[in-house]
Amino acid sequence: MAEDANVKAGTVYHPAEGNRKVKVAASGVDVFYADKQALHDVSVEIGDRAVTAFIGPSGCGKSTFLRCINRMNDTIDTARVSGSIRIDGEEINDRSVDPVLLRARVGMVFQKPNPFPKSIFDNVAYGPRIHGLAVSKDELDSIVETSLKKAGLWDEVADRLDQPGNSLSGGQQQRLVIARAIAVNPEVILMDEPCSALDPIATARIEELIDELRENYCLIIVTHSMAQAARVSQMTAFFHLGHLVEFGPTEEIFTNPRDRRTQDYITGRFG
Amino acid sequence: MTTPVQGHHIVRAFSEELEQLTASVATMGGLAESLVSDALDAIAARDSDLALDVIQRDKRLDTLQRDIERQIIRLLALRQPLASDLRVCIAALKIAADLERIGDLAKNIARRTRELNEAEPLALSKSIERMGRLVQGHLHEVLDAYASGEIGGALGVWQRDDDVDEHYNTLFRELLVCMAEDPHIVGPGAHLLFIAKNLERVGDHATNIAEVVHYAVTGTELLADRPKGGSSGTP
Ligand SMILES: Nc1ncnc2c1ncn2[C@@H]1O[C@H](COP(=O)(O)OP(=O)(O)OP(=O)(O)O)[C@@H](O)[C@H]1O
Ligand SMILES: [Mg+2]
Repeated sequence: MAEDANVKAGTVYHPAEGNRKVKVAASGVDVFYADKQALHDVSVEIGDRAVTAFIGPSGCGKSTFLRCINRMNDTIDTARVSGSIRIDGEEINDRSVDPVLLRARVGMVFQKPNPFPKSIFDNVAYGPRIHGLAVSKDELDSIVETSLKKAGLWDEVADRLDQPGNSLSGGQQQRLVIARAIAVNPEVILMDEPCSALDPIATARIEELIDELRENYCLIIVTHSMAQAARVSQMTAFFHLGHLVEFGPTEEIFTNPRDRRTQDYITGRFG
Repeated sequence: MTTPVQGHHIVRAFSEELEQLTASVATMGGLAESLVSDALDAIAARDSDLALDVIQRDKRLDTLQRDIERQIIRLLALRQPLASDLRVCIAALKIAADLERIGDLAKNIARRTRELNEAEPLALSKSIERMGRLVQGHLHEVLDAYASGEIGGALGVWQRDDDVDEHYNTLFRELLVCMAEDPHIVGPGAHLLFIAKNLERVGDHATNIAEVVHYAVTGTELLADRPKGGSSGTP
């Protein structure tokens, strides 16, 4: 174990590079589904304007932790979350925080693209409408156009905005869903295996998009592809059996992981 | 090489390929060391046949190096090694390159030895041999460290690198004095000088290998500011 890494509550924290502002700070997070504990004492500080990858074997709690950040676990009856999660210093589990507004600040993109059964236009316009972000039709048009442009989809759909969202290809649908997330001007974007159903070209497009979004957002991506985590993220968190085992700069995690479990997982050895 | 991670890959062929790679580098290391050793024997025994043998066996090192490079390119493309596996691959690539250079230097020494054997023996051959054995010892230790993953030996060599430089500097001065006193030995003296320089370079490659082994095993780099011996402006 190198001296420069810091071990707290069983997690190895590598020294962070540079001084990124902390966007999401979790401290002592436990999650139970009924009486089964899915996350144990997770503490991590996630930087703004960067991509953080969550990796780890199936069932280790990546999605569970991701759902803590926009309180999606509230929607699961048996789920109980304790500990502190702050965004820009504000405790999101406070009763005063409206989960609907929180989810506008913290957008989410799922493994399977899930466009609403509506037109391409309405998919993107939906959020701005319900949050009252546009006062005129012109303004709404412009939000839809910018969001589709940021998501790299505009050129492919500009002439068919009235067609149903699910008439697009899988990769296009995933970019549509990203456009929908961006349209409400979020601060944090959570992505749960966003490329697992896409071919290499569509994957490369999404990865390029993630890299561009990094300039303005705090992105957190769950992925089972080590290569993808290595390509798109600056920081990587490795989870194992509900514990955060190791957290640090992606380059460090992939060239010199400190914990044996991290090493075994990313090199494909028996745990 | 024994890496910090024991245990096998879930894909067994991956483990086998990495073991094969390490074995190839170890073979190359054994051959390179024997070339240096035989080149030194050839100087000591004034044995031109042995020197010729060194020259010929160097070709095998080149073949081995190309084979190792092919193995590594294949591993990178098909297995996408990470963490200690990645370090093992990169270490093999670098060490193979150092060993190939060491072979060239041994070959050059052997060529000069054949020239030297045409002339009267020089007193300073003994000092050359001592320096050579020191360098050969360093090479042996770093190759052992590579094979075992025990970095103690590699660290030792890395720290003692200036022993070789000191030997070289002393030899350099002595040879200059001898050549100044007796112009008839300028020809063979020049060969000895180059042989000494080549041995010093072999020592540098052994130091490189020590650094690479340390990185492969620990994941951290040795600091670049290695203590350097007093330089006297020798080339
Ligand atoms: N809704 C739920 N009800 C009960 N248990 C759940 C629920 N969701 C997740 N779990 C359990 O919590 C643990 C963590 O699951 P989670 O979905 O967070 O894992 P994951 O790391 O995202 O896995 P994967 O890579 O397979 O998506 C697992 O043991 C899982 O069975
Ligand atoms: Mg999941």
